[in-house]
Amino acid sequence: MWQRITAIAFNTFREAVRDRVLYNLILFALLLIGTAILFGQISIGVQKLILINLGLTAITLFGLAIAIFIGIGLVYKEMDKRTLYALLSKPVRRGEFILGKFLGLGLTLLVNTLLMTVGFFAALYYVKRSLELADWYLLTAIYFIFLGLMLATVLALFFSCFSSPILSAVFTAALFLVGSFSADLRELAAAVKAPWLDGMMTSLYYVLPNFRNFNVITIVSHGHAVPTAAVVLNTAYALLYVGLVLAASSLIFRNRNLK
Amino acid sequence: MSAVEIIELTKDYPYGFWRRRFRRALDHLNLSVEAGEVFGLLGPNGAGKTTTLKLLLRLIYPTAGTARILGYSIDDIEVHRRVGYLPEAPYFYDYLTAWEFLEYCGQLAGLSRMLCRQRVGELIDRLSLRGVEHVGLRKYSRGMLQRVGLAQALLNDPEVVFLDEPVLGLDPVGRREVRDLILELRARGKTVFLATHILPDVEMLCDRVAILNQGRLHGLGTLGEILKLAVEGIEVQLGRVSAPLLEELARQADHVHTAGDKVTVRLRAEGALDAVLDAVRRHGARLEAVTPIRRSLEDYFFEQFGSERVPDLQERA
Repeated sequence: MWQRITAIAFNTFREAVRDRVLYNLILFALLLIGTAILFGQISIGVQKLILINLGLTAITLFGLAIAIFIGIGLVYKEMDKRTLYALLSKPVRRGEFILGKFLGLGLTLLVNTLLMTVGFFAALYYVKRSLELADWYLLTAIYFIFLGLMLATVLALFFSCFSSPILSAVFTAALFLVGSFSADLRELAAAVKAPWLDGMMTSLYYVLPNFRNFNVITIVSHGHAVPTAAVVLNTAYALLYVGLVLAASSLIFRNRNLK
Repeated sequence: MSAVEIIELTKDYPYGFWRRRFRRALDHLNLSVEAGEVFGLLGPNGAGKTTTLKLLLRLIYPTAGTARILGYSIDDIEVHRRVGYLPEAPYFYDYLTAWEFLEYCGQLAGLSRMLCRQRVGELIDRLSLRGVEHVGLRKYSRGMLQRVGLAQALLNDPEVVFLDEPVLGLDPVGRREVRDLILELRARGKTVFLATHILPDVEMLCDRVAILNQGRLHGLGTLGEILKLAVEGIEVQLGRVSAPLLEELARQADHVHTAGDKVTVRLRAEGALDAVLDAVRRHGARLEAVTPIRRSLEDYFFEQFGSERVPDLQERA
């Protein structure tokens, strides 16, 4: 089983690399160099703050673009181009295919995020001429960004199992947006004070993916550490959510008739 | 034990906005294919040939009925270790080379690394892909992709091979190679389940055929049984035919056709042959061929389904 899943994952990674997905790193590098030069005249503290905020936001957005634009085609493209026919005539279970595809894009995002992290720390070192303990807290923020990207990937993959790429992209982006402001849903319900709305908003708060919890950029950019409990809880939350959506995707895909 | 056994297999496709209406693509199909035979599934476009293969490979699921391959239920994924499948007009990952793609398929088929490399090498040679095996598939022609498709179908040395239009898009040399490959598979005791439009290939290759139209089985058996291969007439080909002989032939034959210095005479009754041969001798013409006319598969299709639905005649070899 794992031989097949690994083969599918590696092939998905290879496709992304050959489709020049990692070229986004050049854009990322240019952005960091531009920021360092542009804000080079201001005081080091402000420059560092801008670089951290811009760098981490860029890692999020570049990763999100990859997660959505590749994720929405993971299953749909294979069905549309009928490349799946030869694959599924081998002893490959449909659930294995889904898991392999997810892990392949996960590996792509991991490599992309790691390379961006190296570039980001190089830019930080260039600006500050040294790295201190508080700077390493940034790694926690990047880890959370990666967890958030995994969540976005699995959502894109889920929609890709039954919807067209455009709709899948819209749904995934919408969920990312709503999930980034999910705490506001509960506040809205509390402000309106209507019991039915309160119940609905609370349900939505728990069902929708909570991307807000993965955003700790403000905390780490001011040199504060992220509590260990938050790391454990966020990891558990991401694993659970990804597992559930993967199971749902497999279930949908298992019952699909290929065209 | 039958290699493939299809029992009441039925497939409905939903359509319409609410998808509450259904079009029946396959209607209670029953047939069995014996181990070691080359079996042809024939029919006009939309007859249900590809649907049958996709149902057998679990690419789509039946509305009713079931099937068994090598004694396994088609729901058992383990059977995929022992079968191969060439989809119709195959398309593969164009960012891979043929070698990479075949290695990938080998890994999915559960072959060990060493065996996989050995099999890929053998099939690259067997299907004349040597020299282009490290070229990206995006640069491959239709015919070359078809060869790659055949190679991936045979990687695991399957006992049953399902081929959907295996010679489509191939040049005459390629067609000949594929026909030889199918005969080689049969000689090695493999079962070949062939869905095709190309009638001469069926006549040449298949031990038995099933004829489908609009999802229903119209005939099942050897070609002889289906076509009732009695001699329906005789065709005589002549050279050096003089004008008086041509006049005499026109009186005796049912049809006389002249093309250049060749004359073809068609006789419905066997008894008329002696008179024609006498005339040929008397006038000193050259007798080139005497051929019994049998009903062809093409004739069968014309009769059964009308000229509109004769499978691609232009595809004839």
